[in-house]
Amino acid sequence: MKTGIPASKPRVALFITCLADQLFPQVGDCVVEVLGRLEVEVTFNPKQTCCGQPAFNTGYRQEAREVASRFLDLFDDAEYVVAPSGSCTSMIRVFYPELFAGDPERLRKAQNLGSRLFEFSEFLVKVLQVEDVGASFPHRVAYHDSCHLLRELGIEEEPRRLIRAVRGVELLELQDHRLCCGFGGTFAVKFPEVSVAMAEDKLRAATAAGAQYLVANDASCLMHLAGLIHRQGLPLQTMHLAELLAKRL
Amino acid sequence: MRRTPVHSGDIHERARWALQDAHLQEAYRSSTLRLFTHRLEAISEVPGWQRLRDRAHALKREVMEHLDCYLAQFASNVEQRGGQVHWAATGQEACAIVREIAERAGATEVVKAKTMVSEEIELNPALEAAGIFATETDLGEFIVQLAGERPAHIVAPAMHKTRHDVSALFAAHLHSQPTDVPEELTAIARRALRERFARAGMGLSGANFAVAETGTIVLVENEGNIRFATTAPRIHVALVGIEKLIPRLADLAVFLRVLGRSGTGQGLTVYTSLLTGPRRPGEDGPEEMHVVLVDNGRVATLADPKMREVLYCIRCGGCLNACPVYRKIGGHAYGWVYSGPIGALITPQFIGLESARELPFASSLCALCREVCPVKINIPDLLLCLRSRAQERSKAPRPKGSLASERTLMRLWAWAMKRPWAYSLGGRLARLGQRFVARQGWIRKFPVFPLSRWTEGRDFPALAPKSFRERWKEISK
Repeated sequence: MKTGIPASKPRVALFITCLADQLFPQVGDCVVEVLGRLEVEVTFNPKQTCCGQPAFNTGYRQEAREVASRFLDLFDDAEYVVAPSGSCTSMIRVFYPELFAGDPERLRKAQNLGSRLFEFSEFLVKVLQVEDVGASFPHRVAYHDSCHLLRELGIEEEPRRLIRAVRGVELLELQDHRLCCGFGGTFAVKFPEVSVAMAEDKLRAATAAGAQYLVANDASCLMHLAGLIHRQGLPLQTMHLAELLAKRL
Repeated sequence: MRRTPVHSGDIHERARWALQDAHLQEAYRSSTLRLFTHRLEAISEVPGWQRLRDRAHALKREVMEHLDCYLAQFASNVEQRGGQVHWAATGQEACAIVREIAERAGATEVVKAKTMVSEEIELNPALEAAGIFATETDLGEFIVQLAGERPAHIVAPAMHKTRHDVSALFAAHLHSQPTDVPEELTAIARRALRERFARAGMGLSGANFAVAETGTIVLVENEGNIRFATTAPRIHVALVGIEKLIPRLADLAVFLRVLGRSGTGQGLTVYTSLLTGPRRPGEDGPEEMHVVLVDNGRVATLADPKMREVLYCIRCGGCLNACPVYRKIGGHAYGWVYSGPIGALITPQFIGLESARELPFASSLCALCREVCPVKINIPDLLLCLRSRAQERSKAPRPKGSLASERTLMRLWAWAMKRPWAYSLGGRLARLGQRFVARQGWIRKFPVFPLSRWTEGRDFPALAPKSFRERWKEISK
């Protein structure tokens, strides 16, 4: 794992993730903007598509391996790769080694990529060693820990430090804040009623805490929660952490 | 020969049914929250908690990797102290063994301590068929027995029942006065059970741990019924899943410290009993002690290097209390004896993945179970392993509203993801298509899987007018 503040102006290859690319491109814009403020240059390889997690999660390891193998070669000359997603980052860092366990060459590549890949909040706080990115957002914000981010990557404090440094923000901790939102990949369409019931619990906690905004690091959790908010007309708005950090008065 | 058939497909129906029952939802919500909270408080008192978990995991690994030796040592020690050891490869064999012991002893009434293994092998109906009546003496199991149901939780079998449910059950079966005061309900049960303890010719228990070094059965409880059931009747039979072995008496210092805290938030349960052999001259206790060692799918699991870890489970129920899916769908949705995250592993392993194909998928993989497990079983990892085995061995049922099989959809998806041009084309086609169904940036209904299932309960955000890569391309020019 690369540590230490980069000496010169660092270059980051952005791994936009398929969901952000197609559904929430503004997340990408915000990542680029925030990194730009910190004098980090961002490059983007348009050959990227998906890390393969949907297939892996559903038990189709061969299909996942095919997609992941291709992914391994896309960031060869990047010093840092940054992704605005805990689940995609953990797919590569935690699950690629399992996926390629029987393939020494690809395993080595996967471990190498995993050592250069960072989730967005992790990159800001642990690599750039920055917590205040110059953002302002005077509203009540609840933070949702996405499961892969929290339990596969162990990232819990970094997003909170970044949020607390946003001027005017009031960060609310949710009762039972460690509860899964219910997305769970293909679980969301295999067990949709349970998935929705879990989201209802999460949103009930957010509105009970008086949150105006619900912030998370994962587009997957956010699209699931936003979809339910919209269906039920709840007085809440979702926001990706990158969008929050890009906010200025 | 199952009492209630296992319907792997029915987890969906049963889950839906549980979600619609507000009564049931509240019972599960409050009980699991209480136990989860108690656990947090209890472990905060133990400074070396993570080290204890590591130690417990290591001890279980040692046992599983040498289970044949430990079992032999255990059996020999039981026999040396006057106990009798029986080996049952299947549930049916185990039932036959217990029945024969009861018949030889002339016991027509049996008092039972809570044992999940007995549920697994469906002992009660097998004994009943031979004219031997078994009474559950654990209060939760007693309630569930009166209701004709299976336990809904590994540690709290009647978790799904409120005091009003219990009052109604007791009024119907024991002819007691309705009451919703817990102490009064307990007293009613105590009176009813007291007579059964007195009459029983045989006591049947499970075992929380079986100590190889000494041939000792270890039993933990809060009610005292296990102590009564295993010491008052003339015969004691212990049903022991072979994974219950631990090497030495001293290892209890690890296991007893993690078991209670993980399951109910107790430092120690009210009673902890160490039973080694039948009574010796001049002592109280049963004249005969039988230990029935049960396989019933455990050896096959042991032989599987990846899934072997499932056998480390010490049945604390902690993962059930943590699981956000369990608390919504309840224990009965899982379709068999063991529910929750560990149930989703044990059931396919013991009865076959083909009979429980949907179980490994009934999880959002949030991994909270792994965090709370006292023996550090990597439950999500094992669920993912079963998912991939399921897909290798058989075709997934075709999703409702799908134009193709799940496998075909995945293959198509993989094909497109390997080709950026196809991926981009797919995006552009989707943007075109969504003009017909998207309103103000949202899709409320869609006829085709997977969006069809998504939009049953929530809206789906329309694809953004331009993808990030399209915008990047424009900006870069």
